[in-house]
Amino acid sequence: MVNIEDYVARIEETCGEEKNLIVTFKYDRKDEVVKRILKNAKMEKSVSGIIFELTFGNASFRLYSSGKAIFRNLKDKDELKSVLSGLLV
Amino acid sequence: MLDPYKIREDFPILKRRINDNPLIYFDNAATSQKPKQVIEAIKGFYENHNANVHRAVHTLSQEASELYENAHEEVAKFINAKGMEETVFVRGTTEAINLVAYAWGLHNLRKDDEVLITLMEHHSNIVPWESLSKMIGFQVKYAEVNNDGTLSYEAFEKMVSSKTKLVCFSHVSNVTGVVNDVKRIVKVAHEHGALTLVDGAQSVPHLPVNVKDLGVDFLAFSGHKMLAPTGIGVLYGRREILEKMEPFHGGGEMIREVSFDPVARRCSISWNSLPWKFEAGTPNVCGGVGLMEAVKYLKKTGMENVETHEEMLTVYTMRHMQECKNVEIYGPKSASAKCGIIPFSVAGLSSHDVALALDNYGIMIRSGFHCAQPLHQMLKLQSSARASFYIYNTREEIDRFIEVLKEIEQF
Repeated sequence: MVNIEDYVARIEETCGEEKNLIVTFKYDRKDEVVKRILKNAKMEKSVSGIIFELTFGNASFRLYSSGKAIFRNLKDKDELKSVLSGLLV
Repeated sequence: MLDPYKIREDFPILKRRINDNPLIYFDNAATSQKPKQVIEAIKGFYENHNANVHRAVHTLSQEASELYENAHEEVAKFINAKGMEETVFVRGTTEAINLVAYAWGLHNLRKDDEVLITLMEHHSNIVPWESLSKMIGFQVKYAEVNNDGTLSYEAFEKMVSSKTKLVCFSHVSNVTGVVNDVKRIVKVAHEHGALTLVDGAQSVPHLPVNVKDLGVDFLAFSGHKMLAPTGIGVLYGRREILEKMEPFHGGGEMIREVSFDPVARRCSISWNSLPWKFEAGTPNVCGGVGLMEAVKYLKKTGMENVETHEEMLTVYTMRHMQECKNVEIYGPKSASAKCGIIPFSVAGLSSHDVALALDNYGIMIRSGFHCAQPLHQMLKLQSSARASFYIYNTREEIDRFIEVLKEIEQF
């Protein structure tokens, strides 16, 4: 079982009509996080190997090699945490 | 002419690298970076002069009081106010507007009155009026904005009437960078007997602002957007108006006398002189010192030079952004109608995606509503990405910004 708090520094809900959730991963673990997520999620598209359009189950999101990700259309932070648990295994 | 390369040497943070890239800071409309002169002034204050002001006769308190008062005078000169009695130090623009709402509005607005604002306002110039309106019952009216984000002056002028008691508007929009014609608005407001409150958060740091020439009654602005630390800002008010106003907060510093009447068993209170009447409690002395140093820095740079430099950057950026096939710029197409702020979108990407992608390359911009949701609704935008410039930004940084935009627009 993954403890997502070991990997996540901040979760922020965006303003704007699109209610997205932005996750900032802990800086010292960002490379590990990116590697794990790329292993577990399905790659739809990528730009220059630094921006990745991914899906995982019903969740679609973009991951940045800087260690940030933006998740679209998730119900709330609880759903996000459950997605992250699966992604970070 | 302003030399941004020389200026950059004064800003330690600009040497940082973010995500293995040189930092490019294009979020100046949110807050500016601080030069070492300001950082050292703050450090110097705490190392040498720290004491409470106006409370003690000892040397340190005298020094701190003098510095704090000098800061007021320096700011007054910067905006051409009569003197420090017209420059009230507050936490920032938001508090300055709230001060006017509660110290003037609460005592002067009646049920049948109207407060006229515009649809391009920052939430800080909407929420206080809507809240106060619920308490008093006056009407808040919103002047229309054209599709390019400029104010519809004709519509605005038709909305001003004898019922209008206060006209509140931004000098420069924090979303589009549109520069409003302050003199024109003030003239119409005054012809109808209304006072004017100008949100100068995005103008005072970037343009020469002269309160006497503009004729405004109130001007609110923040220190942190003009090289000073956070937590310090200014409300300029015409002396005659400030003198008649009730205090905003009660406590120490803002009173001359609190005397207890043993018969009535009540205290009678007289207010301190301006500007202290509006600065209850121990003020942000160090913030004031930082603001004074920031103002000195800007004066030395020359506000005309600041304006010219930012206009050059805006023209250059807008021209080169047109090379991007999937980038749309909002607001006026002419850079001369605006001031150092460029809102835009990239097709297929949300504003937050754009900001995150640029962050990956060390470029800091803003995304979202920028605390101006009604304007986004009016312009039918879900949100926007915003690049905004200041004295230390360069053409090379813009070249890099465009290069990265071209890369991410392919997504």
